[in-house]
Amino acid sequence: MKALFKRSLQNTEIPGLVLLVVLVVLFSVFSNGIFVSTENLRGILGLLPEIGIVAIGVAILMIAGEFDLSVGSTFGLVPMVMVVFMSHGWGFAPAFGVAMLIGIGIGLVNAFVTLRLGIPSFITTLGMLFMMRSLTVVISGGFPPQIPSDVPRWLFTDYFGPGNFLRASFVWLVIIAICASLMLSRSNFGNWIKASGGQVAAAAALGVPVMRVKTICFAGCALLAGFAGVIQSLRLNSVMSSTGDGMELQAVAASVIGGVSLVGGIGTVFSAIIGALLIRVIDNGLVLTRTDPNWFKFAVGALIVFAVVANSWLQRLGKSVRVAG
Amino acid sequence: MSSEASAVRGAEAGDDPIISVRDLHKWYSGVHALQGIDLDIQRGESLGLIGDNGAGKSTLINILSGVYPPSSGTIVFDGRPVRIRSPKEATRLGIETIYQYNSVVPSMSIARNLFISREPLRWSIGGFGLIDTKRMHAEATRALSDVGLHLRSPDAVVSELSGGQRQGVAIARAMHFKSKVLILDEPTNHLSVKETNKVISFVRGLKSQGVTGIFISHNIQHVMQSCDRVVAMARGKIVADCRVADVTMDELVSHL
Ligand SMILES: Nc1ncnc2c1ncn2[C@@H]1O[C@H](COP(=O)(O)OP(=O)(O)O)[C@@H](O)[C@H]1O
Ligand SMILES: [Mg+2]
Repeated sequence: MKALFKRSLQNTEIPGLVLLVVLVVLFSVFSNGIFVSTENLRGILGLLPEIGIVAIGVAILMIAGEFDLSVGSTFGLVPMVMVVFMSHGWGFAPAFGVAMLIGIGIGLVNAFVTLRLGIPSFITTLGMLFMMRSLTVVISGGFPPQIPSDVPRWLFTDYFGPGNFLRASFVWLVIIAICASLMLSRSNFGNWIKASGGQVAAAAALGVPVMRVKTICFAGCALLAGFAGVIQSLRLNSVMSSTGDGMELQAVAASVIGGVSLVGGIGTVFSAIIGALLIRVIDNGLVLTRTDPNWFKFAVGALIVFAVVANSWLQRLGKSVRVAG
Repeated sequence: MSSEASAVRGAEAGDDPIISVRDLHKWYSGVHALQGIDLDIQRGESLGLIGDNGAGKSTLINILSGVYPPSSGTIVFDGRPVRIRSPKEATRLGIETIYQYNSVVPSMSIARNLFISREPLRWSIGGFGLIDTKRMHAEATRALSDVGLHLRSPDAVVSELSGGQRQGVAIARAMHFKSKVLILDEPTNHLSVKETNKVISFVRGLKSQGVTGIFISHNIQHVMQSCDRVVAMARGKIVADCRVADVTMDELVSHL
């Protein structure tokens, strides 16, 4: 019993979950129940996959001990590449495939510069943030290309299910979350990710192929960011040169609020999703309660600080709970 | 010490070296860190390696554990000439190394720590697969009790353990995977006296399990308490090599 209490105190997902419940209750009360109406939940869950999928990749990379600040730019560049190819007469499938490969390529460049040239990933990916954003603007040719009407939207953004409650993108989020979560918590590769981020020297000395593990995480993170960018572009029916602007900080915020450690080694896929959901809930709740939307960033910032402070406090409290040996 | 001299030493100790190093050199760009090391380490002995900071102790064991390649020289392991290209390869040969800080990952559970990169898998494709958590848990419990480490549960996070217990986890790992040679690089630094004694008793225990131990420390007393033989290094060379029973601490210190 005491051991269970101790473990739940030290579960880094707890502050995020508690905040989520508190905010849902507050917003429901202050919006006279509109917040929990089917129509509103449908809206929240419709947008969640975009930030959720990005946050999963960012969180796993953070657990591996590295950052990707270029996900927002990848989120814009990948769908832009796809649309530009399609405007040159390519079909959806090949354009989508090439765009995804470019996403992976961005991740591999991040990995190469960081791991082989020994540059902190914070710097590498900050550089890539600017470079990929600039490329997005350049290849857009200054005006947003049209997305043809015959793309398979049913596969990405169309509503389905009873009352058309969910978007197809939600299924993608669920599939990716389950696979990523199993990989991280149950596979040997997940063990290597946590070891690489938790104590890189020990991981290497014990035979974990640290370079390869981190490279795969960089590539996967960029791939997911590009995929999420495609989903958003199909939902909005256009790509702009600003698509994904600021997404990198929201994704890092989501991970941190959900309990992923900034120094690596600690966190879960579920953390990233809780964090992403919190951000969507705040965004939506502020609108519904007619709060000045300019408070959005203030609220996200406050959540970050609160979540990290609460987590470190709970860790210490948990440590002080003595469990009989 | 010349290679003939160390061969003579080996003969005294019942000549059955598990590791033989000949004329080993290591350059780090400008630094000549190992300057022709000749050393025979006998099967089942526990060898203490002492010397001041910068003497080259860590460099020697980093080469034996596959972290760095030597610049020149040969290593014979278990009768065969070997090139140890990576830590993984060292582990495969049966050489396990425990470092002062990086022997465990604090953010992970004890069980997961014990099996990093050697997880028991339920199934796998191309080396990736699902961990058999039940088996991992059971084997972890056994591995811990085998070295006399009685912890609440192998699911506890390593960051909650004391420094001595963490070294115990690393030693349990080496024992569980039946390593032939266990190298401990300064395992007692920054440990309390009580924990140091625990680690020293672990090192003593190696012998009864038939494991060859290399114990690096700049604390001569710790070495004399737990080893059969002491090798002293200074400035990249071996400057003394004697049985613990035959020397006093003052004689050893005079070599450094
Ligand atoms: N990775 C390295 N790069 C460059 N020089 C090193 C490196 N590791 C050790 N050295 C140098 O090699 C010499 C021996 O160091 P080391 O083997 O760590 O000694 P010890 O473990 O006995 O204190 C020292 O002069 C040290 O500065
Ligand atoms: Mg050293």
